[in-house]
Amino acid sequence: MPYPTPALDGVTTPGGFLVVLSVVVPVASVLLAFVAGGRQAERIALATMPLGLAIAIAIMVALQRTGAPLVYLLGGWVPPLGIALRADGLSAVMMAITAVVIGAVGVFARGDFRVPQGSVEARAPFAFWILLLAVWGALNMVFLGGDLFTLYVALELLTFSAVPLVCLDGRAETLQAALRYLLFALLGSVLYLVGAVLFYGSYGTLDIVLLSHEISAEPTTLVAAALMTVGLLAKTALFPLHLWLPPAHAGAPAAASAVLSGLVVKGSFFIVVRLWFDVMPGLPGLAAAQMLAALGAMAIIFGSVVALRQKRLKLLIAYSTLAQIGYLFLMFPVAFGAGSARLESDGALAGGLLQAISHATAKAAMFMSAGLIYAALGHDHIAGLSGIGRALPISVLAFALAGAALMGVPPSGAYLAKDLLLQAAVETEQWWWAVAIQAGGIFTGSYVLLVLAHALMPAHESVTLRVSVSRVAEATALVLALCSLLLGLVHWEAYLPVALDPLRNPLTFKALSTALWPVLGGGVLAILLGRWGLRPARVALGEAVVAIVGPARRVALVLGSMLECVDRMLRRWPAAGLSLLVLVILFGAAMLGGRL
Amino acid sequence: MSAATVFGLCSAAAAGLGLYGLIVNPEPLRKIIAFNLLGSGIFIIFGVVARRGAAAALGADPVPQALVITGMVVAFSATALAVALVLRLFQGAGSTTLDADAPASAGTDPTDA
Amino acid sequence: MTIAAALETVLAALILAIAIWTIAARETFAAVAGFVVYGLLLALVWVRLEAVDVALTEAAIGGGLSGVLLLGAAARLRATETRAVMERPDKILRLGAAILSATVAAGLAAGVLLLTDPAPTLASAAATNAAATGLGNPVTNVLMAFRATDTLLEKVVLLLALVGVWSLASDRLWGGFPGPRHQADPLGALAFLARLLPPVGIVVGIYILWAGANHPGGAFQAGAILAAMWLLVMMAGLTDVPPVSSRRLRLVLIAGPGVFLVVGLGGLCFGTAFLAYPVASAKPLILGIEAAMTLTIAVTLGLLVAGAPERRDGQ
Repeated sequence: MPYPTPALDGVTTPGGFLVVLSVVVPVASVLLAFVAGGRQAERIALATMPLGLAIAIAIMVALQRTGAPLVYLLGGWVPPLGIALRADGLSAVMMAITAVVIGAVGVFARGDFRVPQGSVEARAPFAFWILLLAVWGALNMVFLGGDLFTLYVALELLTFSAVPLVCLDGRAETLQAALRYLLFALLGSVLYLVGAVLFYGSYGTLDIVLLSHEISAEPTTLVAAALMTVGLLAKTALFPLHLWLPPAHAGAPAAASAVLSGLVVKGSFFIVVRLWFDVMPGLPGLAAAQMLAALGAMAIIFGSVVALRQKRLKLLIAYSTLAQIGYLFLMFPVAFGAGSARLESDGALAGGLLQAISHATAKAAMFMSAGLIYAALGHDHIAGLSGIGRALPISVLAFALAGAALMGVPPSGAYLAKDLLLQAAVETEQWWWAVAIQAGGIFTGSYVLLVLAHALMPAHESVTLRVSVSRVAEATALVLALCSLLLGLVHWEAYLPVALDPLRNPLTFKALSTALWPVLGGGVLAILLGRWGLRPARVALGEAVVAIVGPARRVALVLGSMLECVDRMLRRWPAAGLSLLVLVILFGAAMLGGRL
Repeated sequence: MSAATVFGLCSAAAAGLGLYGLIVNPEPLRKIIAFNLLGSGIFIIFGVVARRGAAAALGADPVPQALVITGMVVAFSATALAVALVLRLFQGAGSTTLDADAPASAGTDPTDA
Repeated sequence: MTIAAALETVLAALILAIAIWTIAARETFAAVAGFVVYGLLLALVWVRLEAVDVALTEAAIGGGLSGVLLLGAAARLRATETRAVMERPDKILRLGAAILSATVAAGLAAGVLLLTDPAPTLASAAATNAAATGLGNPVTNVLMAFRATDTLLEKVVLLLALVGVWSLASDRLWGGFPGPRHQADPLGALAFLARLLPPVGIVVGIYILWAGANHPGGAFQAGAILAAMWLLVMMAGLTDVPPVSSRRLRLVLIAGPGVFLVVGLGGLCFGTAFLAYPVASAKPLILGIEAAMTLTIAVTLGLLVAGAPERRDGQ
């Protein structure tokens, strides 16, 4: 019996049942896999993946056909009393890419998480497949949830599924990383929750659409917004709240790292987007948005420089995730409509989401190839990667393509995203963010090129592989990397507010020159800051060049070690906790100040 | 001062204490206790909001009450997972420090392949 | 100031004092004891706020089960306390943390105090729509009817927390028994109470589940009480916790969310909407779901306290 509210979309749309299925299917398979256990858990998981992908595609088709969001009123109750699930263009693309990445990870992980012969059930496979399905269900709920408290429960489900994935191999460092992740993520969700209750206390509803119509710039609302935002930033590991991410993502098994870096951090990011763009577009003010992007820019600098200084490949990729997360937050100040004080859902939003999608696929492919290299060599020291290009060509190719996609080589999704963000920056006359966006690409290029240079260098003696690497796993990584490279070709207009004529000719001079910047600039940075063994440097560059580069490199290294020092300080628990409190106060002040 | 005001102030203070404990105490178990303190303080805010929403012959708005019950169960399961992690960390590393650079004392490593 | 207001102020002051002690106590054991007292006093606060369902939950889960969990952990981690003293942050950091926490708390207090009057509420909506389920307890209505999906998701969260806890076992102990084997003096107080209390506790638990339809109570509170009784019996050594690989145990663990999901899908396929109840059979359906939920919650909460598998065989 629906509650007779004058709700604005108080009706379940036809096709809305698909939305329910996208959550019910993963949840049901979690329950089935838990009971069946043993080998059945893997089979149930692998059977669910095509089904989930089909549902995601069906939602995209339905959206394209009707042109309006899909809505489902759970239990038939109309908000504010009941809960609604809504699938708009943003949800649809995120769900589709989640289904693709989870499917790829599922295929990739078959070799790693197999129940050994002779046992009925083993710990790691049982846990892995159930946690993977639970991550999927939680993410779908995050993308579809139309109620702030439902989003909170979905976030908690996501955290509880992600944390055990970190320490799946049982080593002490991963246990420590998992505990740190759990505690910091819980701090974040509790801050989010207090914001939600203040919203309810002010407006009597937790529904996103209803809130957007009732919200006004009261002091309580702004305090709540600041608390919620910082709580979500803690879960997304935006600088300086990133203490938990590098050890967690580097220590997890390769398949788990792919999911953690590619998808899990996007969940809380998506909620920040929903909060700022859908619930309170007129509220935060430009100052708070500039703060967000400033944190993002610092994340890019710190993450990339510390990535360049890493000795281990998985840690490099984890720090690169930090930098890419920062890149995502550059979209907020440039999303303000020219002259208006509101966040507009246009090109900048599309750019940010596209960047998130590209990063999801590319980072997953990177972690997969890193995992294959680690398994083959027995270590992942970057200095010891010489010759791997010849021994594992497909894995290195996957890494290269994924890195190229992240750098913004056309026609990747990142290229299109960068284009959209640059255009928005130009329109809103915030040239400094345009500089930051370009710099982001250059920084990305630097660590990708560093790894590729090491990998493609010929080794002294031929590389012996410890184990033979599964062809299927390599192919999966390659396919995912190709996906990320070709994402720019998809017709996004039906789902994202992409206004500009999408890039159709990737070979124009302008496009190629934009693509060249990250390569050239990145190469310079890699030479200046990366760790090179003495012999490769001499061999690669020649004596004269080394003489020129030497002093520049010394200066760069001094700066680099300063940044590393700051990063190490911020990764200690008290410092990170204090930064969290400082951020709450600063965001609160920025939002309140904008209103006075 | 009404009940709502008194307990509203009390809950904010409890939340502040929980935040302080979570940041300052080095032992994970104390952090977990502080997190529970923070969580319960915030749940009281739900109670204050519910009490202020008394109407239609109900003493308090039922929606925040339901949210709190859900939240309490979630907080308990979070505590259980965190405690299990701490115990396992102690078993594996011999200490429960969260400081990544501190040298861990040698402990038994019961994980087998 | 009326007597009630004075009592409330005293209660609030007492709670803050205990909270300060919990944070500042030197020994973890003392901090946990303070935390349990804090939880029980908080239950009184919930009663003053006219939220008796929540008071029951806070007393059972927040004070009781969390207390047991933390006490057990504190006992096992006693060896780490000396090491931790060395790691305390220095005075400046602590002062900074205190100032910043106080500022955030002040902002939070301002936010709460500046909530607009008259307060928006869904109480009238909940009361108007109560006829759809026929239940007299509005909180149960919200939990099981209006916002049923949140409750369903939260059951899955519980299950995932358990999977996470179990995944922390070492590989060779997988499938074994959680936690250490408890022994208690068969003639001592613990064994005596473990024989005396559980029958009473089970009756109380079932009553609270049944009464939750029209009075304060419900599945969560009942489940917590039943879990506590089970834990009491386990800790006295009268029974052992079932092994993780037991198929029957796993079926019980998914009974709650499973039944909930099946009813929901029934509503999706044959009824009006996912998790919509036909008016005629709403009350029996909800009570049936709650019964399954209580069983699952009881077993899940008990196993969460018991911990990760630590024993291969029944020793």
